[in-house]
Amino acid sequence: MIDNMVAFNIPFVSIFMLMIAAIITPLLPRKKRIPEKLSCLVIFIVAILSAYLLYALTSSGQDISFNFPMGHFPAPWGNELRAGPLEAVLSLVFCVAMLLSLTGNFSSTAEDIPASRRQIFSVLVNLLTASLLALTYTNDLFTAYVFIEINTIAACAIVAVKEGPATTRAALRYLIMSLVGSGLVMIAICLLYDLTGHLLMQNMHGAIQVLMITREYAMPLTVSLGLVTTGLAIKSALYPFAAWLPDAHGTSTNASSAILSGLVLKGHVFTIIKIFYRVFGLEVIHALRMDTVIFILGVAAMIMGSVHALKQNNIKRMIAWSSVAQIGYIFLGVGLNTVAGIAAACLHIIVHACVKPMLFTAAGGLSNAAGHKKELHALMGTFYVNRWAGMGLIAGACSMMGIPAFAGFASKLSLTLASFDNKFIVWALAALATSSVLNALYYVPAVIVILTHNKNNPPKPAPVTKLYKFSMFVFLMINFYLGLFCVPLLRLITRGVNVL
Amino acid sequence: MNDELKSIWLKFFNWVMGNGPRPENEVLPPEPPPDLPFTQKPHDKFSRFHEATLKERYNQWLEIHGLHIFSILYSALSILTCLVIVVLLLATVAELPPFGHERNPANNEVIRRYVEHGWHETGAQNIVAGLILDYRAFDTFGESSVLFTAAVSVLMILGNSRSSKKYKFKQLHVYRNDDTILRGVAVMAIPVILMMGCVVVINGHLSAGGGFAGGAILSTALILCANAYGFESVRRFFNERIFIVSSSTALMIYALSKGYSFFTGANQLHSIIPKGVVGNILSAGLILPLNICVGLIVAGTLYGFYALFSEGDI
Repeated sequence: MIDNMVAFNIPFVSIFMLMIAAIITPLLPRKKRIPEKLSCLVIFIVAILSAYLLYALTSSGQDISFNFPMGHFPAPWGNELRAGPLEAVLSLVFCVAMLLSLTGNFSSTAEDIPASRRQIFSVLVNLLTASLLALTYTNDLFTAYVFIEINTIAACAIVAVKEGPATTRAALRYLIMSLVGSGLVMIAICLLYDLTGHLLMQNMHGAIQVLMITREYAMPLTVSLGLVTTGLAIKSALYPFAAWLPDAHGTSTNASSAILSGLVLKGHVFTIIKIFYRVFGLEVIHALRMDTVIFILGVAAMIMGSVHALKQNNIKRMIAWSSVAQIGYIFLGVGLNTVAGIAAACLHIIVHACVKPMLFTAAGGLSNAAGHKKELHALMGTFYVNRWAGMGLIAGACSMMGIPAFAGFASKLSLTLASFDNKFIVWALAALATSSVLNALYYVPAVIVILTHNKNNPPKPAPVTKLYKFSMFVFLMINFYLGLFCVPLLRLITRGVNVL
Repeated sequence: MNDELKSIWLKFFNWVMGNGPRPENEVLPPEPPPDLPFTQKPHDKFSRFHEATLKERYNQWLEIHGLHIFSILYSALSILTCLVIVVLLLATVAELPPFGHERNPANNEVIRRYVEHGWHETGAQNIVAGLILDYRAFDTFGESSVLFTAAVSVLMILGNSRSSKKYKFKQLHVYRNDDTILRGVAVMAIPVILMMGCVVVINGHLSAGGGFAGGAILSTALILCANAYGFESVRRFFNERIFIVSSSTALMIYALSKGYSFFTGANQLHSIIPKGVVGNILSAGLILPLNICVGLIVAGTLYGFYALFSEGDI
């Protein structure tokens, strides 16, 4: 429990502020980009509130978490939110990454999208942020499903917000795959409710423990775990189900790509972690062999995502396939099925949520300097036109390869350390090493290309807005912070996982 | 006998086709000279002889048959996957707790409180309405927001395509001015449907129904009106602007009123919302206004989808 009444209300206030901002946005005037500025403002306020919540939860030195009943009825009867250090830090990271994705691409959004669509784009961004926070804070599996639905529709719509046949096709493909995932999750939740009689996570956990002891309903339990994992794996683009991702993330406008790759996938991954950890429990996951399945798929994603990225010529598609590989890292951590593994996976969620939007923003700035061309050879020499974007790409590439002092190093190190007390250690280490080399194989050429002077056809100087420079500066600072000072953060996450 | 018939037939056939034995004095046209190697079209790699490599032959073969084989494989794999899922799910359902049994896991303290105390705790005679709009109102807020999200997304993607020059939608809906039967039925049916919808929405806390069901009924009245009198006549009182304003306002009322209720409930403050007398039309606290909000959102969204997908505009 928590005594600080302001902090107690923050999860509820954050979600409702974002929802109300989304609802009021269609009624606002379109001129002077008021809707977009309102979403940036609201997300900024929510980020500050989340930071305060994090401070309130951790300042006492004890591991605190609390439940917030939604209404006059306590938890098994009414809905409930739950907040601990991990939820607070994730919501802070989601808000900051969302805000920087919006501000960094503020001018490219205006180029890609007409004003009438930008208004609805702001509605969708607010709804997406609200659904991410709701997925982070919820303690009820059905509430999670409802917000997964909002997340799905809004995510598909922000792909289609840029007009054109390619984005429409990508959005339709994404919608179909995502709805298959939703359907599987829905069936799984129905089965679980039938078996446990609860939708609240800790009550389901208790009922599942009893079922495991009595050996009753073993087959429906296994099937429901398989279905919910498959459904959420499709939505979070785990490798064999990732075919929709490069189109959706590669063709949409830069802000959408950054939000989708950095944040939308992470909401679903965190839901999987919550379901594994809070609903089933690590022993049950191990007994039903789901940890092995997730581990193998994670390793496959790490290798195959990078192999596909190697084949790409378009920089945005390359970064999109790299996301598939990075999602593999997160699932590798989940598949280790230990507290350290899950903490490392959460750290990688945070790292990737900060680095991938930076890479997409940088790629957008570079392709803008190359005359809106996205082919790698067209980007030659663009570093010298837009140095902020160039630095962003280089820092992001170093981070993805796991160079020390960059963010990716921290999470790769913690994943490696987490795999030490595991029987899969050889496989985990081999996969980490192979994937890092593969990452270098496609990121280093991209960096070399942008650093090579283009004497025949030098790129024309394009104006870089102050907002872009500022956002890139903050991205770079976060990147270095995560790379250099990850130990306190990892300790915080481990405490958060312990009270999860 | 059979061979004889065949030979006669062959002779007859040759005679008809003019393939008979040539007379000896017939002058044949000169034969064209055989194609010499250097008159042949030179190939990329081989100047004289070109035998297709295995890869080229495979590519040719793929070009001719590839799509066909892909579609066969695709359908076969889809059917197989669906069959596996169907069998798996049927086997799972067979293992589930029997329906309606009193010792099922779902018959626990949660359901007991809903059934036994729902009436006086929520003030709603309809336990389902009390469940979705009071006990678990946050989920229903999410569900209404799903509809709102879907509506604004479709409006963004398809909206204004009637007036836009970029995309010319084929007018699927041919509006017939002279359909007397439809108009005659519509003029009688629409008021009844509207009344029915309003009754279902407003009595949502007293009897079966509620915002979702009543909203769907209301939207059928709008759709019937659009079919009988054309979309223009509906647009006179329900256009894109009104659609957005009504949905946003309804959802806003839901969010603010329920937000107040959540806030007071969680902080254990006194709520000023009265429960009223169970069974009265003005009872059950927030459930009646929330049902009206949900009804407005559902009616607008369903009609909006119909209009957008058939006309390209509301």
